[in-house]
Amino acid sequence: MAYALPLIWAALLAFAILAYVVLDGFDLGVGILFLVEHREDDRDLMMNSVAPVWDGNETWLVLGGGGLFAVFPLAYATLMPALYPAIIGMLLALVFRGVAFEFRFKARTRTSRRMWNIAFAGGSTVAALCQGLALGALVQGIHIIGRGYGGGWWDWVTGFTILCGIAVVIGYALLGATWLIWRTEGELQARARRHARALGVAVLALIVVISLWTPMLNPRFSARWFGWPEILLTSPVPILTALLAWGFWHGLSRRHDAAPFLCVLGWFVLCFIGLGISLFPYIVPPDLTIWQAAAPPASQGFLLVGAVVLVPIILAYTGYAYWVFRGKIRPGMHYH
Amino acid sequence: MIDHGAVFLARLQFAFTLGFHIVFPAFSIGLASYLAVLEALWLRSGRQVFLDLFHYWIKIFAIGFAMGVVSGVVMSYQFGTNWGSFSDKTGPVLGPLLGYEVLTAFFLESGFLGVMLFGMERVGRGLHFLATCLVALGTLISAFWILSANSWMQTPAGFTTTADGRFLPADWLAVIFNPSFPYRLAHMVLATYLSVAFLVGAVGAFHLLRDRANEAARVMVSMALWMALIVAPLQVLVGDQHGLNTLLHQPAKVAAMEGDWLDPAPGAGEPLVLFGWPDDDKAANLHEIAIPHLGSLILTHSWTGAIKGLRDWAPADRPPVPVVFFAFRIMVGLGLLMVGVGLLGAWLRWRGQLYQAAWFHRIQVAMAPAGFIALLTGWMVTEVGRQPYTVYGMLRTIDSASPIGLPGVAISLAGFAIVYFIVYGAGIAILLREMARPPVPGEPSAPRSPTRAAGLMPGPAGAIEDIPPTAAE
Repeated sequence: MAYALPLIWAALLAFAILAYVVLDGFDLGVGILFLVEHREDDRDLMMNSVAPVWDGNETWLVLGGGGLFAVFPLAYATLMPALYPAIIGMLLALVFRGVAFEFRFKARTRTSRRMWNIAFAGGSTVAALCQGLALGALVQGIHIIGRGYGGGWWDWVTGFTILCGIAVVIGYALLGATWLIWRTEGELQARARRHARALGVAVLALIVVISLWTPMLNPRFSARWFGWPEILLTSPVPILTALLAWGFWHGLSRRHDAAPFLCVLGWFVLCFIGLGISLFPYIVPPDLTIWQAAAPPASQGFLLVGAVVLVPIILAYTGYAYWVFRGKIRPGMHYH
Repeated sequence: MIDHGAVFLARLQFAFTLGFHIVFPAFSIGLASYLAVLEALWLRSGRQVFLDLFHYWIKIFAIGFAMGVVSGVVMSYQFGTNWGSFSDKTGPVLGPLLGYEVLTAFFLESGFLGVMLFGMERVGRGLHFLATCLVALGTLISAFWILSANSWMQTPAGFTTTADGRFLPADWLAVIFNPSFPYRLAHMVLATYLSVAFLVGAVGAFHLLRDRANEAARVMVSMALWMALIVAPLQVLVGDQHGLNTLLHQPAKVAAMEGDWLDPAPGAGEPLVLFGWPDDDKAANLHEIAIPHLGSLILTHSWTGAIKGLRDWAPADRPPVPVVFFAFRIMVGLGLLMVGVGLLGAWLRWRGQLYQAAWFHRIQVAMAPAGFIALLTGWMVTEVGRQPYTVYGMLRTIDSASPIGLPGVAISLAGFAIVYFIVYGAGIAILLREMARPPVPGEPSAPRSPTRAAGLMPGPAGAIEDIPPTAAE
């Protein structure tokens, strides 16, 4: 049990974080696209397309934080201080963009509406940037002394982490754009296609650069990716990414509604798998494995019982909530 | 290396972020139940006024809920950022409780909130009512787990410790149902119901003062006063039991609440300190006014019973007395006022003057924040009274902090302060504006949409005054 439980939990938490990234990813992306979509009626549509689901999406982030605290407390206790400024920045940004959903529609004056537009767009962008910085800082490694963070105040700012931050912002914007292709129509949809085309090129380029940079950070990563026979298992990742790229452009030019979104979703899943391939079995590289960071089996087992029963139920009713609000979003659908 | 200044600011940051946060879940717990009751009454009776009230309050609920969600996401990371050592040591015990809170409550609330807020026309009445009930249930389940975790920090049970000071679970039932948990849960849930009852009553009274014929305002006043009449006295009883439980497990906290520094002479009994200025350095109260024996009567339910005075603990083991002492008095005073309002309301109702007595409606308006202030001060009593420990008697606050230096904690605290004052200032302004608007017959479910499609509830378009829908910025 002491061997299997941390493995199971690592998989479950990875799933929770992936669910967060793709779900909140598209609604943060819609917020980022406020930067380039200026018409207030379009912004109403964009916001309404995610209004019924955004706080469910953000709950996966709470599960990520709470779950880490519960089943890998040492990872939680070292990562949070290590990523302190990025985490605090993300939380404050999420405060702004979360309340903007309610406050923007209650705005009575042009000035206050402009302020909540900025809060929504800025909050979404900064939250995405901070998540990317935190991700980059994790991948490049966290310095640990004893059972606490031993690194410096600015370890999380390097060329690599900044690139990761930009990549997450662009990636979320792409998810948001393809979500809008799916859920809107007319001119807004046409512009979302144009955004998606440009963002798609940028995202692919960033995926390539970061994928080549990551193995250079740590010899263990490069052995994992390019060693023999590991390469037999790792090579499908870039191949599938290329296939999805074809599907993405095909979907865009054939004016499919859902295909571009699903292909981008696939990219995120593949990047996430790639991340797992690099890191495993380390939860806080370069020193801490999932077994070293794990809570005792009594804790992991207790929560696992609940997770096994509840996560499928949660997925079922989350799916139901999405189903209720399916279809194209149109002016006058008053989600506020 | 322990940085006392950084630890103090970290405590301040936790208190600040939690203090802002706690009001909104309390608001959501109470209001979700009220909304479920309103919808049930509407479905049973078919009376339009209940649906109007449901639509009136759900708009307010949505704003409060959003503020609760975003400040709650902050809380789930606050344990780790400033309290890494605490997280490492208590994670195996507290983590799964919070994990269960997310799995059983947060997903339930947020999963069905969208349907509750926007889905009446899409899913039909039955399913919509189910969604409302599930959201209300989710808020209560959330209270269950978070108060279990909080109570474990107050009265830890069902655990073992390792040589390096970490807590490991030994008996989960003993962890969850630790000794102070049932009392704290009952006290807190009643507090949320009372807070919302006084808010609803105040809003109803406010609109009655302007329009005596407003039926929805009458229903609000009436329902709120039934709650006050029944729940306020019940809360006094539960609070008394909770106090006795605290005396059993955390006597230093009770001594601080009472401003009790000395053990009384045998047979003299404990006085009840009404007012005074507790001085931590002198270990005594200045300008004390006290009633002999009343303290014994309240705390031990006997004439001469005695409790331990604060001087029985070393100064380093005492909580900061003035905060606990004054917060406790504010909470109790407001609690008694709420009982009084409930009784006055019942008398007016009996006399048939409930909707005419303008003087009473002004009192109700003045009491609007009473429940929330009592809740916040009660929370200060229990949390500050737990000091100097995070896990009572086991883990000191000073040994719980992250290795974050003073500048880091100070900057993040300033960030939270600025952001919270902007966001919550705006939020409270919007909430007050919504509540200042009278409920109207045929209350729309979403008044401020720029345009409206034909829906179940055709209503005014509620245009945004100076913004044309196609304005570009």
